[in-house]
Amino acid sequence: MCGIVGLYLKNAKLNSKLGKMFTPMLIEMTSRGPDSAGVAIYRDKVGKGLIKLTLAHDDPNFSWKIVDAGVERALKCDARVKVIGNHALLVTDAREQDVIKWLDDHHPEVRVVGSGKMIEIFKEVGLPVDVAKKFKLEESHGSHAIGHTRMATESAVTTAGSHPFATGADLCLVHNGSLSNHNRLRQELKRHGLKFKTENDTEVAAAYFTWQLRNGKGLKEALIEGVKDLDGFYTFCIGTADGFAVVRDPIACKHAVLAETEDWVAMATEYRAIAHLPGANEARIWEPAPQTIYTWGHA
Amino acid sequence: MIEFDLQKDCVRALNARLHSLPKDTNERRWIVRNPMGEHAIACGLDLPLTVEIEGHVGFYCGGMNKHAEIQINGHAGPGVAENMMSGLVRVKGNASQSAGATGNGGLLIIHGDASSRCGISMKGIDIVVGGSVGHMSAFMAQRGNLVVCGDAGEALGDSIYEARLYIQGKVESLGADCTEKEMKEDHYQELAALLERAQINAIPNKFRRYGSARKLYNFNVDHADQY
Repeated sequence: MCGIVGLYLKNAKLNSKLGKMFTPMLIEMTSRGPDSAGVAIYRDKVGKGLIKLTLAHDDPNFSWKIVDAGVERALKCDARVKVIGNHALLVTDAREQDVIKWLDDHHPEVRVVGSGKMIEIFKEVGLPVDVAKKFKLEESHGSHAIGHTRMATESAVTTAGSHPFATGADLCLVHNGSLSNHNRLRQELKRHGLKFKTENDTEVAAAYFTWQLRNGKGLKEALIEGVKDLDGFYTFCIGTADGFAVVRDPIACKHAVLAETEDWVAMATEYRAIAHLPGANEARIWEPAPQTIYTWGHA
Repeated sequence: MIEFDLQKDCVRALNARLHSLPKDTNERRWIVRNPMGEHAIACGLDLPLTVEIEGHVGFYCGGMNKHAEIQINGHAGPGVAENMMSGLVRVKGNASQSAGATGNGGLLIIHGDASSRCGISMKGIDIVVGGSVGHMSAFMAQRGNLVVCGDAGEALGDSIYEARLYIQGKVESLGADCTEKEMKEDHYQELAALLERAQINAIPNKFRRYGSARKLYNFNVDHADQY
């Protein structure tokens, strides 16, 4: 099962309503994925020379001040931490790899769930409605968001195994389906130096795209390569700094529907997740074709 | 005419009301508002009712239909009119995959495009698509007609039995044991009648006909490599 949803606002006037429009999409997909839920929201681009990391800790009472002060002291940089649920946004002028190394050395239990200039990723086990509340999703503004409700099949129900998975700066992936060659591919990617935190198949797909992009491939090229190398069932929705992309496996095994109006583009596993959006009744609606890459924004 | 608002009451209540109508009912015309992509709207009808649905529906709309005429003024999700027995289902927008799957009879009309597996395992249903169909359409089709005014995706009519496929546009590829066949006079007439019933404007002599080469289901060891 699993449900995936994406919403891209073509009309920037709606940006303040992103959370209001997007949250019911996620919650509507609860019956497809009650185990965990996650979202990537694109908003509040940080300035030149700054990066934004989304960090997560299993302990909701973890003191993020220690990370803030520790990073500043060790890396002689500026850092600001904003706590949202058991996640925290860290904005700093330090280099990303230095921050990650410092976290690995001092707080290995802290997970880096996303990084870039705009992206913020929030994910947690539990019902989508509770996850949305925890991260104040409904009040969120932004230009676009993608989300996932998980019914676990390939690996355990954990926060780390929840989607979205980051695949590079401002990039992330949600997946409906299951991959059959993820074990072999994981071994291959490990040889290329990629690190894995779970036994999850989607993490392998995310690492695969990270690796392709790192090797200089554009997003579209990376997705075309992915269709060749990833075996199994999948509908992917990929969030980028400027929009999102959708791609399905060659036999289009997993449901997907796209809807577009003057104001927005939405994708979902089922149309009912889109039905409440303003203007949905008049939207152009179609099922995306297999192994065809659809992109919006400047993806 | 009876109006039913799915914002006010649930699909189960709608279907229960439609199922409980007596044979001699006067409540023959129904309008369903706010379908909101719900699944299984107007499934299992068994009377000559007309049901018009104002908006986009989810999965399996009009499934198992018998006698009723159902019109969807919007998009239809997967499995629209699946296993229809008789009657008519009309989709004004596009349809997702497996439209008309396993249908035994009746007429399914899709004015837009249908997605993959349109008419999969059809057993006597007639399907007329104004646009194109996706891959694996008419897979293991056994009986009935599939008319496509646009193009057909990969592996059309794979492992087909005795259904007839009329395609106006390009066929990406034919599936195992599916072959092009000659259009004879009775085929033109059959096609013209279907297009007329579907109220879709197209010229029969622009279509090509495809069907079974009958090599696969009449087992012959010489054809074992085709399995």
